[in-house]
Amino acid sequence: MLQVERLKKAFDGFQAITDANLLVPNGEVVAVIGPNGAGKSTLFNLITGHLKADSGHIGFKSEEITNLAPHKICHKGLSRSFQLINIFSTLTVLENVQIAVIAKHNFDRKLFRPAKKLLVEETLAVLESFGLIEFKDQSCSSLSYGDQKVLEIAIALGSKPKLLLLDEPTAGMSPDETRRIVNLIKKLSQEEGLSILLTEHDMDLVFDVAQKIMVLHQGCTIAQGLPEDIRNDKSVQSAYLGEAG
Amino acid sequence: MSTNSSSSLILQEKFRTYLGLGMAVAGILILLAIPSLISPYYVYLLATIFTTALLATSLNLVLGYGGLLHLHHAVFYGIGAYTVAIIMTKTSWPFAIAVVLGPLVAALIALVIGWFCVRLRGLYFGMLTLALGQLVWAIVYRWNALTNGDNGIHSIPVPEFLTSVNSVYYTTLLVLIVSLVILYLIIKSPFGLTLIATRDNPMRSESLGINVKRHRLTAFVIAGFFAGVAGVLFILVERSVAPSLLFWNKSAEILIMCLMGGLTVFMGPTLGAAILVVLSMIVGLYTEYWLLVLGLLLLILVLFLPQGILGYLLKSRNNKKPSMRGEN
Repeated sequence: MLQVERLKKAFDGFQAITDANLLVPNGEVVAVIGPNGAGKSTLFNLITGHLKADSGHIGFKSEEITNLAPHKICHKGLSRSFQLINIFSTLTVLENVQIAVIAKHNFDRKLFRPAKKLLVEETLAVLESFGLIEFKDQSCSSLSYGDQKVLEIAIALGSKPKLLLLDEPTAGMSPDETRRIVNLIKKLSQEEGLSILLTEHDMDLVFDVAQKIMVLHQGCTIAQGLPEDIRNDKSVQSAYLGEAG
Repeated sequence: MSTNSSSSLILQEKFRTYLGLGMAVAGILILLAIPSLISPYYVYLLATIFTTALLATSLNLVLGYGGLLHLHHAVFYGIGAYTVAIIMTKTSWPFAIAVVLGPLVAALIALVIGWFCVRLRGLYFGMLTLALGQLVWAIVYRWNALTNGDNGIHSIPVPEFLTSVNSVYYTTLLVLIVSLVILYLIIKSPFGLTLIATRDNPMRSESLGINVKRHRLTAFVIAGFFAGVAGVLFILVERSVAPSLLFWNKSAEILIMCLMGGLTVFMGPTLGAAILVVLSMIVGLYTEYWLLVLGLLLLILVLFLPQGILGYLLKSRNNKKPSMRGEN
């Protein structure tokens, strides 16, 4: 589904990504882990086109997407959620997801038809599956932090992606809310067969949901494989798990 | 939510819609009757308000709904007006062609200026609109052969039926209403909703597959087109045009109209335009320092009424944040 090869990115001489390699097979949940500053968010921003890579290659469904504009990458079937809540603050919960659905169908430039009734069924279906339907007419800024975080993911799902990128989906959440996200990820993966790439600090969550794990250390992929192999990998232990524990 | 409460909510909403429609119809009837009730000078003043209201509302598409700091919208107003003036005085083309070309040329120049500006963000966007706008002003000011330079163009011929004060009044009123309806529909369309989304969060919009630059450019061109329509109306009202029409302080005036009425309310700029046009007339009777008064007004607005007059009224009525989508 997604291949990243020998990716490099520097900011003003600081080499944020030195050699990132990643493979996300179709229908699997893959986690990228690494200490703070390892370059996880930079890697995500490179994949989604928010940053331009210096060299290397990113392929999606056997198509080259390296350095394409973010909106073009989204239309190819790759959608993301953000680490910090990143929603449309003056819109209602319904409209937040509706924007994604409208853009997915390329209706965002239609000038003379009311938006109010456009693609509402499809939008409601997304809200329903995320348990947000009771809030649909509320302003999204009135939601609790946990619900906003869920909405954050719901918006990404509104684009009906083939591959979903989740940047620290449970950052700042209570254990209850975290469980809700874990169940959501499992449901999306198992029931809908969605491929998911995520970064996360919560190791229990990572080993719970991920089928493959990639370890990023100082911008470099030091290991990639099944969770048990990663757990036993010596270089990972010294670089990351040892340090964390 | 029970079916009962939701159906009563729908009824309530329907009632509000009908009330709004009723008030709009009553308002239009009053506006239709007005010319026979007041002196021609005030009829002329109202036509000026209609023209300015369209200009301010067109700016607000970009400023309020698009969240773009557009600092020089008067340029497109001036281009619409100058296009008509030049066609009517330098060519033998019919008036109808001039009326159609005015807004189109304005939209075309908006496309050129906008193409550069949407590449920048925030204040940089604003500074570039200002710089490119002043460039257009300088061309109009200096190109004597075409524009008559500083002197402007006067006694512009218009068709016989558009020469009386009342016919100008009804024409500007009709064009204003039609344009406002179109602009309202645009704001309520998927395009409008997406425009608000790009204002709230451009990065997220991009990640959802929206071409933010192209979207902003489209809004900029639509706004330029309607400013051009307002420019055509200006010719009907004044029958003359001068470079001051597209000088930057004119743009500041429109910006203040939007701020005064409320950026987040569809009719806000219309209210702001009405207040400022009347005020400038009154102030003009006593002093020539209109800009000084304008500056003081801006100060008061920014300090005490940041959401504008209509925005403030709606907020105190609903006792909550006014809708950012201008459905009121």
